[in-house]
Amino acid sequence: MGLTRRSTGKRAIDRSFTATDDPMLNVALAGNPNVGKSTVFNALTGMKQHTGNWSGKTVANARGYCENGTRHYMLVDIPGTYSLMAHSAEEEIARNYICFSHPDAVVVVCDATCLERNLNLVLQIIETGARVIVCVNLMDEAKRKHITLDLAELQRRLGVPVVSTVARSKKTLSRLLDAIDTQLNAPASTPYTVRYAAPIEQAIDALTPLLTDKVGTALNARWLALRLLERDTPLQQEIAAFLGFDPTEDPAIIAALARQRTCLAQEGMTGGALRDSMVRSLMSSAQALCEGVVRRKNAVDDNIDRRIDRVLTGRLFGYPLMLLLLLFVFWLTIEGANLPSQWLADGLFWIQDRLSELFHLLHAPTWLHDALVLGVYRVLAWVVSVMLPPMAIFFPLFTLLEDVGYLPRIAYNLDRPFCRCNACGKQALTMCMGFGCNAAGVVGCRIIDSPRERLLAVLTNSLVPCNGRFPTIISLLTIFFVGSIGGSSITAALLLTAVILLGVLATFGCTWLLSKTILRGTPTAFTLELPPYRRPQIGRVLVHSMLDRSLFVLGRAVSVAAPAGLLIWLMANVSVGGTTLLAHGSALLDPFARLMGLDGVILMAFILGFPANEIVMPIALMAYLAQGSLIDVTDIHQMQAIFVENGWTPLTAVCTMLFSLFHWPCSTTLITIKKETGSVKWMMLAALIPTLLGVLACMVLTALVRMLT
Amino acid sequence: MRLCELKPGESATVRALLSIGGIRRRLMDIGVIDGTTVTCVGRSPGGDPAAYAICGAVIAIRDRESAEILVDPLERGALPWG
Repeated sequence: MGLTRRSTGKRAIDRSFTATDDPMLNVALAGNPNVGKSTVFNALTGMKQHTGNWSGKTVANARGYCENGTRHYMLVDIPGTYSLMAHSAEEEIARNYICFSHPDAVVVVCDATCLERNLNLVLQIIETGARVIVCVNLMDEAKRKHITLDLAELQRRLGVPVVSTVARSKKTLSRLLDAIDTQLNAPASTPYTVRYAAPIEQAIDALTPLLTDKVGTALNARWLALRLLERDTPLQQEIAAFLGFDPTEDPAIIAALARQRTCLAQEGMTGGALRDSMVRSLMSSAQALCEGVVRRKNAVDDNIDRRIDRVLTGRLFGYPLMLLLLLFVFWLTIEGANLPSQWLADGLFWIQDRLSELFHLLHAPTWLHDALVLGVYRVLAWVVSVMLPPMAIFFPLFTLLEDVGYLPRIAYNLDRPFCRCNACGKQALTMCMGFGCNAAGVVGCRIIDSPRERLLAVLTNSLVPCNGRFPTIISLLTIFFVGSIGGSSITAALLLTAVILLGVLATFGCTWLLSKTILRGTPTAFTLELPPYRRPQIGRVLVHSMLDRSLFVLGRAVSVAAPAGLLIWLMANVSVGGTTLLAHGSALLDPFARLMGLDGVILMAFILGFPANEIVMPIALMAYLAQGSLIDVTDIHQMQAIFVENGWTPLTAVCTMLFSLFHWPCSTTLITIKKETGSVKWMMLAALIPTLLGVLACMVLTALVRMLT
Repeated sequence: MRLCELKPGESATVRALLSIGGIRRRLMDIGVIDGTTVTCVGRSPGGDPAAYAICGAVIAIRDRESAEILVDPLERGALPWG
């Protein structure tokens, strides 16, 4: 879900201005996806950047700070990448940072269990001329798989510091910091250089003097020669932008390049063949480096993982288990949230009474008391008591699934149906992130390589309910359907799962429709890493997702709810022509809302809830209270009484839930969509699709029900 | 034979990679080059994609892509690492 306090960036900014005599050293953290890079980053910086056991968790560069003795470091956690030859947007971010931001050092985090593949990236980064420290992580997993590594020998062969870490143990990390320190103090050395096929080496030798002459030390000449020979157009544009001039437009370079290309062509090395030869040299270098360094003792012990996979992604149990798991998560959320919600409501409304007494004691004017206590405070109290408990349960549960490594399996299981909709299986991941927060889901879409498939995922993300909408749906389900049929929280969970499935179905439907109309195309190639199952760090998950993420989301909701509370109070109390603004507004919306099975107040609550979905129900309740006779709502029965008093029927409840599921995304999500797609047009479409769907669904349902009754 | 014809539990060595464009580079980056041993470890409930153990990691690849990877099947148990 990727939503943490770091998104606000406050802490990062504050600390970068602490005055120190030492200059801040910039250290980049690179590595293959899913090697525990973010865990290393968090352990070093003490930050709570969200980590997950799946590729593409880090979708943007995250910054954090740490110190070692007198040194101050700014650590930059860049997205995981298999190589520097970018395929996707996030890999491009990683490549550009390493190549053009000139970090003082680059720590390449490697997976001890598949070092060879990781060394491919290490070699490419060394090639850029960066000062590299190799951090072999997941040593505990390697040990479990009976893999032993001779890291001293690897360090000797590579010519750069190699340290081993178990990112979950802090002890090993101080070794890494010391290695960074040593490497930064050490004089420049010449680390291992990948040797390419003879014709390529000749071309490099011919080009480097000229390139050194032209670009100086801004870029490593050998690296630049390789990239120019390779003809990677997007990268060459980046290089041109970085250098301030386009080397491929320099007459001397053009001539030299043409000469070398002719020579290479004579050896049969053009385009694809040239690139293949380069990759092969990188791979065989990595292989040679690992020879004798990595020792595997007989059988690989990942049979348990395979056995779990056979069940969780099996033909027979794959889909049912996914559904059951969803059901279980919702049941726990609903069941577990009941009591705490009640306690919170009791407590917070007790405080409201005390606040009222205080205002009376101070002889505060009635309007001030009403505006602050009945307006601002009451809406706040509702938002907190309705939202906090389900969030504090749902977030950790979801994070546990993420931590264990189940999420990529969901993408694996759902790739087939998404592929049928001409989309990418990774959309399943972004959809799941949407359950937490649609804005986070939209950002997460960067893990999808193809721009068309990414757009499909962005446009349909808000068709699954986010955490701000769950409480609305859960409370309506509980009030109108579970209570009346004497059901339990299991019934509620079943119904909620049905609602979610409707959202998932709509996601498939809209994706398919879009892929047949404005975003036509065939699914592009797809590779997805299924990481090993890892024991979740339950303590960390509980602390971080309960406190950090829940409080962050709550904080956002509360900061929106307070002014909204005031606004709605004003609207309910400022009269124009004898009627309040609220009544004017809802009367205006009422005819249209009735067609959708709602009423003017509900529709207005949705409109006023644009900044955050969490406040829709509180606003509706408040609006009813302002018009009606009831004064206080402390429990669900009173809520039901208010709704019924205002003419709600089960149909109203169903339509409200439907509209909550399908309506415009909140303002944060829309702004994020605008940022991610860079276009107002797509943003508008992302708002239009769910809104149209919701309005239509409500209208059709209402018309049908009214016809039948 | 083609990689997509490999059944779960079977292993093979990569003989040639026919894919072109971005996916070719991606596959090479994750270790699909001639000589690499690949084991099919399972199929998704929908039948496609399938999961392959490559260079110590498990990677899901769709049949459309794995059809372009030519392999020589290995005898069961002839795996270099078990």
